[in-house]
Amino acid sequence: MTLEDLRPGESGRILGFEPNAMTDRLMEMGMLPGSEVQVVRLAPLGDPMDLKVRGYHLSIRKAEAALIQISKCEP
Amino acid sequence: MSTSPSVSVALVGNPNVGKTTLFNQLTGLRQRVANFPGVTVERKTGTLAGASHIEVVDLPGTYSLTPRSLDEQIAYEVLVGRMGKTPDLVICVVDAGNLERNLFVVSQVFDIGLPVVVALNMIDAAEENGLKVDAQALEEDLGVSVVPVVASEGRGMDALIQEIHRTSEPAPPFRWKLIDAVDAEIPPLCEQLAKESPDIEPVHQKMEVLRALAEDEALDALRPQAPMFAKHVEQLREAFASRGIAWRHAEISGRYGWLNPIVNRCVERIREPATLSDRIDSVLTHRIFGPMIFLVILVGIFQAVFSWATPAMDLIEYGISVLVSGIQSILPSGWVADLVTDGVVTGVGNVVVFFPQILLLFFFLGLMEDTGYMARTAFIMDRVMKRVGLSGGSVLPLLSSYACAIPGIMAARTLGNERDRLITIMIAPLMSCSARLPVYTLFIAAFIPAGSFLGIFGYQGLTMFSMYMMGTVMAFIAAAFLRRFIFKGQQSYFMMELPPYRRPRLQQVLVRMLQRTKIFAVRAGKIILVCSIVLWFLASFPVVDSDADRLQVEMQATQERDTQYAEAEALLLGADIDAQMLRDSVVTSDSPLAEAQRIIRNAESDYRARMDSMTIVQQSAQIRGSAVGHLGRALEPVMQPLGFDWKISAGLVSAFAAREVIISTLSIIYSVEETEEGFALRDAISADRYPDGTPVFTPLVAISLLVFFVFALQCMSTLAIARRETNTWRWPTVMWLYMTVLAYIAAFCVYQGGQLLGFT
Repeated sequence: MTLEDLRPGESGRILGFEPNAMTDRLMEMGMLPGSEVQVVRLAPLGDPMDLKVRGYHLSIRKAEAALIQISKCEP
Repeated sequence: MSTSPSVSVALVGNPNVGKTTLFNQLTGLRQRVANFPGVTVERKTGTLAGASHIEVVDLPGTYSLTPRSLDEQIAYEVLVGRMGKTPDLVICVVDAGNLERNLFVVSQVFDIGLPVVVALNMIDAAEENGLKVDAQALEEDLGVSVVPVVASEGRGMDALIQEIHRTSEPAPPFRWKLIDAVDAEIPPLCEQLAKESPDIEPVHQKMEVLRALAEDEALDALRPQAPMFAKHVEQLREAFASRGIAWRHAEISGRYGWLNPIVNRCVERIREPATLSDRIDSVLTHRIFGPMIFLVILVGIFQAVFSWATPAMDLIEYGISVLVSGIQSILPSGWVADLVTDGVVTGVGNVVVFFPQILLLFFFLGLMEDTGYMARTAFIMDRVMKRVGLSGGSVLPLLSSYACAIPGIMAARTLGNERDRLITIMIAPLMSCSARLPVYTLFIAAFIPAGSFLGIFGYQGLTMFSMYMMGTVMAFIAAAFLRRFIFKGQQSYFMMELPPYRRPRLQQVLVRMLQRTKIFAVRAGKIILVCSIVLWFLASFPVVDSDADRLQVEMQATQERDTQYAEAEALLLGADIDAQMLRDSVVTSDSPLAEAQRIIRNAESDYRARMDSMTIVQQSAQIRGSAVGHLGRALEPVMQPLGFDWKISAGLVSAFAAREVIISTLSIIYSVEETEEGFALRDAISADRYPDGTPVFTPLVAISLLVFFVFALQCMSTLAIARRETNTWRWPTVMWLYMTVLAYIAAFCVYQGGQLLGFT
């Protein structure tokens, strides 16, 4: 599954990326394979997403979240 | 003490970590804002308070030194000494509440081989959030001095300044580990690079190799001088790929692999995290309340910008008129005095009058930045902006442009993506700014009937609303077009940190507001001055000589006045009286003197009125005969299909100074006195007829003109600031051309289409 599939409040662990223009940048921002990411909420119009990673909030679009493979963390 | 700085200190850090606040604390207000040579990245420098030989440079906020954006490119080049002298010391500003990601760029700075001091900022906010950072332990792990500070309150500044004076040893580089397979290949690449590019300093070799390995652009930059090296790197990439080694991210993983345990050791969670910021977010970015609150804030800001600015604008207008009459009384009358008063003072004044609005907008923009709300507006609006190929970050620059395009264009600097920034700049002037408002008001009041549609929506209000909508919709269409055909290439992505909400610090906001306004005044000022002078010459030359006419009018007026004086004297039975004395003295109401006084007073005011109207006639003759008038006539054949005669065309030429100037130009051409409400002008233009008796202005012409104003770039200040913000005349030229063509086509369609449909 991908990060896009998570609902607000759910978390996942990053497995890998489908390479795209943002991948390097996301990794520099601390979203590495193995990192835990939580979807905090969605923007009012349903996109982009508000993520919590390494203790801070980062917002990316669903289209890009769909390129990040994760395994869902059970609460 | 020497006054020329001999030691330079660079500030590096992520965006939103209080870097600029710290910079302001260190330098006081002894700072200069300029651009780095050849690019539009801001370069802020200042000297250290109490040590004027130490220069502090505030580098753009970056998450990394790998050059993926212009900001990062510049930051890297400054640090390795390709933009002047290498800094003697780097202060890395990090947010104590978000240490791990903040230290990423710090670890890159370490590898450049410069002395480093880490300023551990916002320790108060981190503690409120339940995090305690052990600065001592961090210092030991990183191997450089770590100074806890609270920049917004000036806490820890003395200790930091002490460290600035003390630190001189380079930070220990390359403490992190690459995966072995990649690490083994680095030394041969370094040797190869050294052979081909001996001018790269040995301390920077490894950094360059890593960048070239990970980043295509960095590799391409090295290719011309080091072709063999580039070839080796490419072979190596293929070899890694075939062995399944994640070479591209090896550096990033290596750095986080080093930092993660350090942060775990040095940061202790002493309390559950505070949730205030999250709770605010659950309201401000709520599905329903979020957009509503955003709308309310916007309406509030616009209300404030317009209503608060008005008294200040009136005051400035008054000040300009006082200045003009002051200069007139000093300089001998003649064309030099006219150039100074009408050209320079009035011309520049047309722009200065918008300063209160510009200041207020900068204030509110700064407030939103400082609190962290600006990132939320992007978050809320991104979905909408994505449809035209922009991102949420363009929302505030574009909204600001409804008041004035200048702060809008300057606010586009906050966009990380250069393409998004250029598109935003290019479409910002399509938003109907406040300078268009007087033009809209005049023509709507004069030509749109006051009735209403279905008894609810007034025609006049609807027309006004359509003007704003038309500009906005066209801006979006233009954005989509620019994205598709001009700024092609990789799709822009959206990635934005949502920093925790913070209480705004008024002083910071005010300082930034003044800095930005000063940048506009200084950078656009010269161009505005030159344009004002050119426009004055166009309106004043060739000189139309109407002195003989004036003399004749004066003689006639004097004669009539004298006749009336004689009448008054007759009333007083031939007594020899002084007209002036009688006029100014107090007399009892029923004496014959009173009647005489009335006659004299009337005689004088008649005389004055005749001379004043002669002045207006002369001004009108002047502008009709001037280059502007000739340009208007020359343009008439081109503008006729839009329904514009030569007078409107001349008005459009002069309106290039600022849109609202068309009203004063038309007032002069129509020889009416300009009044606050513009009634006289309204009546004059409604009454104007072509030689064949058809009216010059019909409702259709008025609408055509309104539409022209919606789209045309009639503003030298916008062009001037676009020139400064894009560093070339190319984009302002394209901007002016596309908007003028757009305005022409739209007005053409309105007028011709309207005529076909039988409207007049």
